[in-house]
Amino acid sequence: MSTRYIYADNAATTRPDEEAVLAMLPYLREGFGNPSSLYSLGRQAHEGLEEARAQVATCLGAQPNEIYFTASGSEADNWALWGVARQKAKKGHHIVSSKIEHHAILHTLQRLEKEGWEVTYLDVDGEGFIDPAAFEAALRPDTVLATIMFANNEVGTLQPIKQLASIAHDHGILFHTDAVQAVGHVPINVAELGVDLLSLSGHKFHAPKGIGALYVRRSVLLPSFINGGGQERGKRAGTENVAGAVAMAAALKKACAEMDTEMPRIAALRDSLCQQILTNIPRTRLNGPADSSRRLPGNLNVSVDCVEGESIVLLMDMKGVAVSTGSACSTGSLDPSHVLLALGLKAETAHGSVRISLDKENTEEDADYIFRALESTTQRLRAMSPLWEEPRS
Amino acid sequence: MDYSEKVMDHFANPRNVGALENANGVGEVGNAKCGDIMKIYLDIRDGVIVDVKFKTFGCGAAVATSSMATEMIKGKRVEEALELTNKAVVDALDGLPPAKVHCSVLAEEAVKAAVADYYIRRGETPPEAAMPKGCGGHCATCDGH
Repeated sequence: MSTRYIYADNAATTRPDEEAVLAMLPYLREGFGNPSSLYSLGRQAHEGLEEARAQVATCLGAQPNEIYFTASGSEADNWALWGVARQKAKKGHHIVSSKIEHHAILHTLQRLEKEGWEVTYLDVDGEGFIDPAAFEAALRPDTVLATIMFANNEVGTLQPIKQLASIAHDHGILFHTDAVQAVGHVPINVAELGVDLLSLSGHKFHAPKGIGALYVRRSVLLPSFINGGGQERGKRAGTENVAGAVAMAAALKKACAEMDTEMPRIAALRDSLCQQILTNIPRTRLNGPADSSRRLPGNLNVSVDCVEGESIVLLMDMKGVAVSTGSACSTGSLDPSHVLLALGLKAETAHGSVRISLDKENTEEDADYIFRALESTTQRLRAMSPLWEEPRS
Repeated sequence: MDYSEKVMDHFANPRNVGALENANGVGEVGNAKCGDIMKIYLDIRDGVIVDVKFKTFGCGAAVATSSMATEMIKGKRVEEALELTNKAVVDALDGLPPAKVHCSVLAEEAVKAAVADYYIRRGETPPEAAMPKGCGGHCATCDGH
């Protein structure tokens, strides 16, 4: 096949926007000062950092002093959970979460469990949704925090965050959401949502890697996560990643400005690719929400019977298409994706899963090429699969 | 995931893919739940493996180890085929990532299962060497090595 290369793994990371790269360059060159320094070079860096903070806050409907820059979405998640646990330990030792959270949440919760915390991991339905009634039923007098992801990274399920946050507040419980997959892709306004804490990561919306942020509502007291200097209002020490913050602000500004036009376009592209696959490749199924409006616009996750995901990814790569899988072989263990298993997929169906995550850079031609690559890959792998029998015509 | 060039070559251009209608020894190991199934077909004449084919459901390493294992036993006497070890398959592929070594064990087991089937079809007791020693395809008890 041709030398064409289509990047369709935008849930893993995204290509940095030119605007983001250009915005950061001055801070890597002449504007390299330390924002804590008193002289002009430092003050310029400080100004750039605070402008970036204000921009991020504007895009999220927050106040600038509610935005704390971190090095990643994972750091924001770790900080939110550990911080609330530390702050609220006197009130109780119970946290409510779900079975389909990212490992940045799950592994932090497991560590808290080792320290004596109790965690309820809510089940999800076949499309990955949490039942608000089950959520409310899981809340206890000693529950201090609920953490539910905004959008699932594997199957794109958009949780009813506003409703869940409101239920948590009715019970006097803080609500955190890991919105790493959602920010820059679907509209998010923290004031409207009513969440207390929200994690985001720049490289998921066309900023470079190494920069993220945690939104913390002003009324929420969070202990400092990294100790040292007085950066980030004394909460997160370490000389700031000014260039990264500036780039993230530029990328988020662009994403929010383009969202009204890009979101429906990407969703339509995804829907048509989904239809093409399910109609033309026998024994394939959609994983995650069937209702396009309750799913991340670019996310498509399908299972292909009788073939294994890693093989699909490797062959697709040879055809110039980058996608990912929830197969065990991609995790280095014998267990396939915890998310797909939580949705009720059999292990063998999860092994044959492919995640295609489209973004603003993908075109109709891309989607068509991805379909043809998946079709020929599937035919080839099925021809060598002991599980596959050619349908008799 | 860091596959050697040889692994990628055997994955992209697997040797001996398919089934043998006139096979007189067939072995299948692994299960779909674990994500790996290997099925090996042998055509054995006068104690020599004159032809061999395989079908594999699994990752890149599963396909590559199947392909390499069939290459290594083709034209060999049955007794020689039983001397095939998973380590020899790994070495022939210039190594495998640690998490993928179990695939080479499956390849060894698949060859042995096919040879054992050959003896059983002839009404003979398979030699000790044909009996599964490693995981035997029982992924649930496998630690990956």
